[in-house]
Amino acid sequence: MSRRIEGAETSMSLPTLRPEPLDDLPAGPAHFPLDLAEIRERLRTRQGPAFWRGIEELADDARFREFLATEYPRHASDWDESLDRGFSRRRFLELGMASMALAGMTACTRQPVEKIVPYVKQPEEILPGVPLFFATAMTVGGFAQPLLAESHEGRPTKVEGNPEHPASLGGATAVAQASVLGLYDPDRLKVPTKLGILDTWPHLVTELQAAAKAQKQIEGAGLRILTETVTSPTLGAQMKAVLTAFPKAKWHQWESAGRDAVRAGARIAFGQPAETRYELGAADVVVALDSDFLALGPDSVRNAKAFSARRRLVGGSKEMSRFFAVEVSPTPTGTLADHRLPLRASAFPAFAEALAAELGLAGFARPSGLDEKALKFAGTAARDLKAAAGRSVVVAGDFAPAEVHAAAHAMNEALGNVGKTVFVTDPAEAAPVDQLASLADLVADVKKGEVQVLLVVGGNPVYDAPSDLAFGETLLKAGLRVHLTAYPDETSRYCQWVVPMAHFLEAWSDVRSLDGTAAIVQPLVEPLYDGKSAHELLSVLLDETPRKGYDVVKEHWKSARPGEADFEAFWRKSLHDGVVPGTASAAKVLPVRTAEVAQALAAAATAAAARPSDLEGVFRPDPSLLDGRFANNGWLQELPKPLSKLTWDNAAIVSPNTAQKLGLQNEDVVKVTSNGKSVELPVLIQPGQAADVVTLHLGFGRVHAGRVGNGVGGDVGPLRTTGAPWVAAVTLAKTGARSPLAHTQQHFRMEGREIVRVMSLPEYVKDPAKAKGHGLPPKDVSLFQPGWEYKENAWGLSVDLGSCFGCNACVVACQSENNIPIVGKEQVGRNREMHWIRVDQYYEGTDLENPEVHHQPLMCQHCEMAPCEVVCPVAATVHGAEGLNEMAYNRCVGTRYCSNNCPYHVRRFNFFEYNGEREKEPVLKMLANPDVTVRSRGVMEKCTFCIQRINRARIVAEREGRAIRDGEIRTACQQTCPADAIVFGNINDPAAKVTKLRDEPRTYWLLEELNTRPRTTYMAKVTNPNPDVEAG
Amino acid sequence: MSTTYDGAPGADPIGQAPVLAPGHTPASVTERISEVVNTKLTKTPRWWLLGLAVGFGLLNLFLLAVTNLFMTGIGIWGNNVPVGWGWDIVCFVWWIGIGHAGTLISAILLLLRQSWRNSINRFAEAMTVFAVACAGMYPILHLGRPWLPYWLLPVPGTLNMWPNFRSPLIWDVFAVSTYATISIVFWYVGMLPDLATLRDHAKAKVARFAYGMAALGWRNSSRHWANYETASLLLAGLSTPLVLSVHSIVSFDFSVGIVPGWHTTVFPPYFVAGAVFAGFAMVLTLVLPLRPLFKLKDFITDRHLQNMAKVMLTTGLIVAYGYVLEIWAAFYSANEFEIFMVLNRFTGPYAVQYWLLILCNILVPQLLWFRQVRSNVWALWVIAMFINVGMWLERFVIIVVSLSRDYVPSNWAMYHGTKWDIAVFAGTIGLFLTLLLLFIRFLPALNMFEMRVLTPEATKAHGEEK
Amino acid sequence: MAQLFPKSANYLAPASIAALVLVAGGAVGSLLALDYAGFNQRRGETVEQPVPFSHEHHVAGLGIDCRYCHTAVEKSASAGVPPTSTCYNCHKIVWNEAPMLEPVRSSYRTGQPIEWNKVHDLPDFTYFNHSIHVAKGMGCATCHGPVHQMRLMRSAQPLQMRWCLECHRNPEKFIRPKEEIYNMTWKAKDQETLGRELVEKYKVRPPAEITSCGTCHR
Repeated sequence: MSRRIEGAETSMSLPTLRPEPLDDLPAGPAHFPLDLAEIRERLRTRQGPAFWRGIEELADDARFREFLATEYPRHASDWDESLDRGFSRRRFLELGMASMALAGMTACTRQPVEKIVPYVKQPEEILPGVPLFFATAMTVGGFAQPLLAESHEGRPTKVEGNPEHPASLGGATAVAQASVLGLYDPDRLKVPTKLGILDTWPHLVTELQAAAKAQKQIEGAGLRILTETVTSPTLGAQMKAVLTAFPKAKWHQWESAGRDAVRAGARIAFGQPAETRYELGAADVVVALDSDFLALGPDSVRNAKAFSARRRLVGGSKEMSRFFAVEVSPTPTGTLADHRLPLRASAFPAFAEALAAELGLAGFARPSGLDEKALKFAGTAARDLKAAAGRSVVVAGDFAPAEVHAAAHAMNEALGNVGKTVFVTDPAEAAPVDQLASLADLVADVKKGEVQVLLVVGGNPVYDAPSDLAFGETLLKAGLRVHLTAYPDETSRYCQWVVPMAHFLEAWSDVRSLDGTAAIVQPLVEPLYDGKSAHELLSVLLDETPRKGYDVVKEHWKSARPGEADFEAFWRKSLHDGVVPGTASAAKVLPVRTAEVAQALAAAATAAAARPSDLEGVFRPDPSLLDGRFANNGWLQELPKPLSKLTWDNAAIVSPNTAQKLGLQNEDVVKVTSNGKSVELPVLIQPGQAADVVTLHLGFGRVHAGRVGNGVGGDVGPLRTTGAPWVAAVTLAKTGARSPLAHTQQHFRMEGREIVRVMSLPEYVKDPAKAKGHGLPPKDVSLFQPGWEYKENAWGLSVDLGSCFGCNACVVACQSENNIPIVGKEQVGRNREMHWIRVDQYYEGTDLENPEVHHQPLMCQHCEMAPCEVVCPVAATVHGAEGLNEMAYNRCVGTRYCSNNCPYHVRRFNFFEYNGEREKEPVLKMLANPDVTVRSRGVMEKCTFCIQRINRARIVAEREGRAIRDGEIRTACQQTCPADAIVFGNINDPAAKVTKLRDEPRTYWLLEELNTRPRTTYMAKVTNPNPDVEAG
Repeated sequence: MSTTYDGAPGADPIGQAPVLAPGHTPASVTERISEVVNTKLTKTPRWWLLGLAVGFGLLNLFLLAVTNLFMTGIGIWGNNVPVGWGWDIVCFVWWIGIGHAGTLISAILLLLRQSWRNSINRFAEAMTVFAVACAGMYPILHLGRPWLPYWLLPVPGTLNMWPNFRSPLIWDVFAVSTYATISIVFWYVGMLPDLATLRDHAKAKVARFAYGMAALGWRNSSRHWANYETASLLLAGLSTPLVLSVHSIVSFDFSVGIVPGWHTTVFPPYFVAGAVFAGFAMVLTLVLPLRPLFKLKDFITDRHLQNMAKVMLTTGLIVAYGYVLEIWAAFYSANEFEIFMVLNRFTGPYAVQYWLLILCNILVPQLLWFRQVRSNVWALWVIAMFINVGMWLERFVIIVVSLSRDYVPSNWAMYHGTKWDIAVFAGTIGLFLTLLLLFIRFLPALNMFEMRVLTPEATKAHGEEK
Repeated sequence: MAQLFPKSANYLAPASIAALVLVAGGAVGSLLALDYAGFNQRRGETVEQPVPFSHEHHVAGLGIDCRYCHTAVEKSASAGVPPTSTCYNCHKIVWNEAPMLEPVRSSYRTGQPIEWNKVHDLPDFTYFNHSIHVAKGMGCATCHGPVHQMRLMRSAQPLQMRWCLECHRNPEKFIRPKEEIYNMTWKAKDQETLGRELVEKYKVRPPAEITSCGTCHR
């Protein structure tokens, strides 16, 4: 566990508050993970026949059995059981015994003696109780999410965005925040298996190398390698090496929620592969064609930072960009739109044509079969685009048709945006290919029986390949099949060899972001289990004696950077910053072949019009689980989806009028059928959804995801085909059954209350303080005179409702920082979710089919006159000297009076021992943030403004005899927020950012008339619709 | 002054039914009442055994439910966020309310020298004690960590922490515990002379010994009687304010809160009225069946029923006034949240409960205006049942409905009790039933010596003294 | 009829009541007493250790500074328990044969850490930070007692909230000059005045602030 990672470079190290850093893992370094190491060792040293006897011995090792067959009962339905306890006979007897025990209260027991387990040789950079931060990066969909990972005595507990890296700038997404849970997931594949039987890595190496030798003879004609999207320079180089060593071998790539359309679009527009990135900070007008560019995709964080900055009205600025969104299904990004148009997926080519025509691009004709509303919308958008030529941008979404992408290129060029708001570069991918074709090609070869050796490096094609390829069955025709995977998943079942893939916090690698900037993936721990990286697997083919990941990566860069005078210095700097200098891809100017584009677009439009369907099924990656790779991550399963606030499920999402037309109600189970295949899903009626469209989220209905993900939701994969990977004609049929959906919010109307305050730009210009309302009541009306005076620090938080688009990153960040448990579907259904910060969401406006959507992150408001404090009978929640509303968990007896009396209802109650899993699963104990108490049953909890971070900073400041600097303390939600919507600080310090924001005229207090005097303030949302047209 | 002390026993200027059926001598009174207690165990009536079986069964269900509660957590109940209090506190307030009739009858009516109370006061006091016992458990059961209730008491400890005296829950602790203590003492002291009587009338040696112990050596000496009179007057004086204070303080749990539907000044008076209302309803619910079963018609006469009905009618009207005032105050305040709260009660998802409550507590009791209804045993009992239900619904509407939809709409959520909520409530009823049956079987359920006072001889003698 | 009870009953009754009160009171009282004495924390008891390490010998005898082993005390929340290597620095030369030190040697050989038994065990919901206390003039001995006289380690003070509060409410009673922090035998001549000076000098936060729940609980 705590062994030093070879060559690891710390980025920075902050002191921390930690009572006894060593007692937090009961048996410290000599605990669970080390057992694994030792068992791994034993496994490794055993070879051939001796090994089978070995199994017997190992099977007798209790700890080994424990980690082979661990329990992880975090499944939705499990709480039912917990509710109905007392009925099973066993439980009944238990209760009987217990009721006797209750008689004799066992009050005065003595504390058990705990252990202290110090290091044997203490690594010099480790100071027990002081966390270290390492720069690294997570790979999602092939692209980098640059991170800083926090390590406590060598155990990663939290990740943050890496401010040094252009793709993060300090922000991080929800999935990145949840990645730590993935590291400790007890369901991960722990040892290599052959035909389902425990086996060893060395054994695999011998077998694979034997096969490779055979392939060498035939120049690798029978060798195929299937990877996900690859941007890793090292992996790319390795693949090249493989292809030179085995000239007839083939490399295939497949990503089920991939960006084929983007690549194809670029090919149509430029005749060559190219990548596009946007400078939304410089854009006055943004038109998004079915694009969720703020929340989804490789560049989302950077987009969010720039976009929100451009629209933030502070310091007297009265300028913000205008945003037009055309979408099939409402996305977080779309909720910020000043003008929004719901449009059927099949109509997008036509709409792009209309827009281009309005812009006056040569060769683009006004299409037929586009309704008035859409045409009018296109007109308005075009006018604004033209007015802002060179300062505007047309963004096409990853899942929009290729022709639409091409059209976007054409329009951006015509508007002169290229080089200003739009930058075209070489792709960051090692080999940009049409992945759908690539996969089909592989399947064809397998069918022909040409494939003797197949390496599936990551990914889960059996689950997510288009159904008409029948990937699973075909796979069996291939010879030796090796699957490198984190979990024993659907694909693993079809491969003889299944090799555990190391988590990115366990293994060396590298990865590039959309703009090409590379980051070294730096591990924080030795692999908990027998995990290997893709580099190590490929090295088996390439090298006589397989090399370690560290050597592969480092040597690649050595050879890639012959110019470096002092390579070691360069290497250390790259590790330290998490950025490899000089890797960003340069912007190019590629002429758009407008004629071809126009042709292709027209063709697409007519083709779409040619095959009309009364109901379109639209496939999208799930906002939290993406293509299903995070299905076993409880944090993401319980993360309420933007807008619907749905947890632990996917649904057939339809618009209100469509539901009416088909006579559907929420939670009605319907049979969704397309090309002969069908799936049953509950209905979810979604305002803002385009008419006659059913949105179906990928990533659910997994059967071999793990104990959390198995059987959650329904798998819509079967409906997808190579012909129609994103849109398909579907039919809905009511089954008559109903299936309850667990939402974290039931009521989406504001009831005319001033909860989220919104105004248009003109209104704002006229009266910036319009949203302020009455403001706070005067202080002197309080009965308690004189009130406490906050002399030095007074903590406050400001939330900009104009920036928040509900991406949920803050929710997971908080969950990770504050040891917040998940409760499962049934408990969420009972309104018992535990999230300390939640993103409330309200619909506004008269048009049910296209309402305005507002988000409001709500956490403890830390009222100066807190209603909760007065009523607590045991003074478990009281006011701190710096204005925090403090919660002493261990004083709480659980009357729940405080929660009742909190007008914001931000308090959360442990109705059960929600943290029980930590006890059942030793490995999960390593996940806990040691600076935050793990709450037990019957205790109230809530947002603390990350008091552990405040205390940490205060102690450092006190030791150095100075005041706490502004920005020195950042709450978990603030630090991760991609839109910089949350700012924390000392409101007594006039220079502090938070103070400035509180003084903004947009600032208001939630429910100020109650005189709770919250320390959390909100900044009213401002929209910027085109004054010439009524919103719509 | 009251009619009993001069003129014919129970005779009444406005010709009401007497409080004691004619033709009774002190001896006969004692005989009749103590026979209930003195019947051999083997001769115990079947209905009693049946009742006890039911009560005891429910009591065991209670034990199971509570054990599961303690081992598993509050989660087995329906409580959630925002509705942090559900059946637990509803039932707590309901039981506390029921207790009130006892104190009112024994304390206030004693001070007012209302002779008609004599026959029912003992019974009502017992009911009070048992109801408070049931209520008293809920504050502990509803804790998330029920093993720490002593943290609510201002006792020294190594934490150096006092409870938060600003919290109404702390006031509750004092109010309820005081109430329980006084009620028990009052009840027991009141029984002393009768326990002595039983001691002297008991046939079995064991019984004589037991009652003898309990009687604390009461010998009917005039000194005893003198002390007794003072004691009971003092206790009455002590507990009179309690009648008002206890339920006022319970109502503070809500009126101190900020929740629309809680935060109102009308609560204390109308909670007290409601309590007496509920209390009398419960007395009737229990007395009416017992009258025939124990052949006590002579002692609990129509006069009693009439009076109790009148009390219910009056307090019922006060409660009704409280409801009206709540609505009026909401609109008068012009506070959007208060107004919404009222409209939500009328038409919201819990409208059914609200209108049922109006039916049970306001409409049905109006029948009591009619003498025929008041004197019809069956009608009275049905009405009393309505009121018992209505008062439970009142607390449900106040607590759950208010919480389920308050300030921030994103919080709004429904609340549904679970089978375990029901089990615990049924369990407390079981406890109540068990205690009550044991009481009427083994203790003087009616006040013998005060009844004796109502017999002709007694009153004559009294008159001569004067 | 015959008397039911003997005359003595008149005295027995009140006597039994008195007895009841006494017994009940006594029980409660003694429980409280046990609690205050820190019984359930084994206050003052020496705890068995894998190696019978004597602070008396190392501190008083050899005069080794606390920080030689507890290296993190000025920089971290935890003072830090020394790694085996620290012991081995000396004990590879001195007493390198002593059987009682075998655990140290084997630990150093095998890499298996020595498992010490905790003496000062704060509950997990209480966050104590050594570095700030040391920085603000709280001596080791104030909480750990006369360590230089302890053959086997024992907790000298009850680690109870009331005890923590004693100092957080009036630090001047316990504060000492920074240069005396690691001095086991230091005594103030006039703690009253010195205390008030130092609290001033070291800018110790006022009781109202350091008795906020959030200071130690989070």
